[in-house]
Amino acid sequence: MSSLAEPVAKLVRELSKLPGIGPKSAQRLTYYLLRSPDEEAKTLAEAILALKEKISLCSICFNITDCDPCPICQDKKRDYSIICVVEKPSDIMPLERTGKYNGVYHVLHGTINPAEGRGPEELKIKELLSRLQNGAVKEVILATNPNIEGETTALYLQRLIVPLGIRVSRLARGLPFGAELEYADDMTLSQALEGRQVFQ
Amino acid sequence: MSSPRNYQTQAIILKQIKLGEFDKLLAIYTPEFGKLQALAKGACRPGSKLGGNVEPLTHSLLFLARGRKLDIITQSQTIDGFLGLKSDLWRLSYGFYILELIDLFTMENSVNRPLFDLLLETLHRLNEADNDQIILRYFEFNLLCHLGYRPQLKRCVICNSYLKAQANFFSCRQGGVLCPLCAQKETAAHPLSVDALKVLRLWESCDYTMAVRVKLKPELSWELRQVLQDYIKYHLQQEVKSMRWLEELKKLSLVDSNSSRH
Repeated sequence: MSSLAEPVAKLVRELSKLPGIGPKSAQRLTYYLLRSPDEEAKTLAEAILALKEKISLCSICFNITDCDPCPICQDKKRDYSIICVVEKPSDIMPLERTGKYNGVYHVLHGTINPAEGRGPEELKIKELLSRLQNGAVKEVILATNPNIEGETTALYLQRLIVPLGIRVSRLARGLPFGAELEYADDMTLSQALEGRQVFQ
Repeated sequence: MSSPRNYQTQAIILKQIKLGEFDKLLAIYTPEFGKLQALAKGACRPGSKLGGNVEPLTHSLLFLARGRKLDIITQSQTIDGFLGLKSDLWRLSYGFYILELIDLFTMENSVNRPLFDLLLETLHRLNEADNDQIILRYFEFNLLCHLGYRPQLKRCVICNSYLKAQANFFSCRQGGVLCPLCAQKETAAHPLSVDALKVLRLWESCDYTMAVRVKLKPELSWELRQVLQDYIKYHLQQEVKSMRWLEELKKLSLVDSNSSRH
């Protein structure tokens, strides 16, 4: 029999299911919550409940949202003729932070990974193609990650979208800020050379 | 004497699993040690020095430090990134298929130098040439040979008589070709044409340069594919996941009339 009181043991068990949290961290968090004011624990519990109850996927771009369509798809100032395709919802945030993009998004929720048997039917690709049917979209920006799965997904999408007569572009690949040329790999360097721009 | 704490090896990266936020666990195939698992710390950070050198389908020179459980990659340099292969959807997918076969068929720390050479040359050929069907079939056949599954092609496996120039049969269970008479007793034998047998016999003894010179008619190419893939499935006893992706692509290219691949 466990020497811990059941409510404490239960919370420890539940917390240790979270990624990156082992039994020791779970215990520390549990005792912290035990000592903290009631209000704090209540707010946390409500926040967790609200996360599951209120959050759903936007019916247009499949971003996570608390209203449907999501604020970006509802925004009248946005340019609906450009769609930026990303792998996961958390990829939208950094793109938004740049302040350089005024189009809308489409979240695939994964990448094609032949080695793990994950094919296009598991992603929101059909939904993307049906968004492109009405002829209003002029350009699709493929912003999948520059790794082998992202590349496979981008090549596949390019093959599907180009025949529709829509411009397909890919985020530029090259050297990240703060990197050193000496340590760059061949693929990055050759793409950086190909994608070089006039310096003026 | 204990083994040195650091070592250097060539490697072909077979697959990667993301570990935590920024690390990657890799399966690599090396000439000196066979298949290994290695940890690439921080490989997913932007600006990582490992970065693109440790992506699957890359031939790299790696420096590793022995860890308690896993060896850790400390430095890396690309020898060949197979860029041509990575920019074509079909060839990229064939690359995935080749890597998966190697991964499924090999055990960790079991050295097989000829297999490494075959893998490397296959990726080089696929990177440059366009006759990918022959390259794939030659790879499949020689992969089986290097693993100890070389089919018997000169004599009937059962009665040991020399095979005649006629339609014979291939049996995965018996591991080779059967004469028509013995094939009647073997239920799971598939017909094998004279041309297919000739090609397999040629591939048994010739190198890549010679092998790719053979011109295969579509029917013959299809037959060889069936025979070899059945044989692979028989020994593997599990599904090759990237095959499903190749089937998916095939559907796509039926719509796309420009593609002659199948």
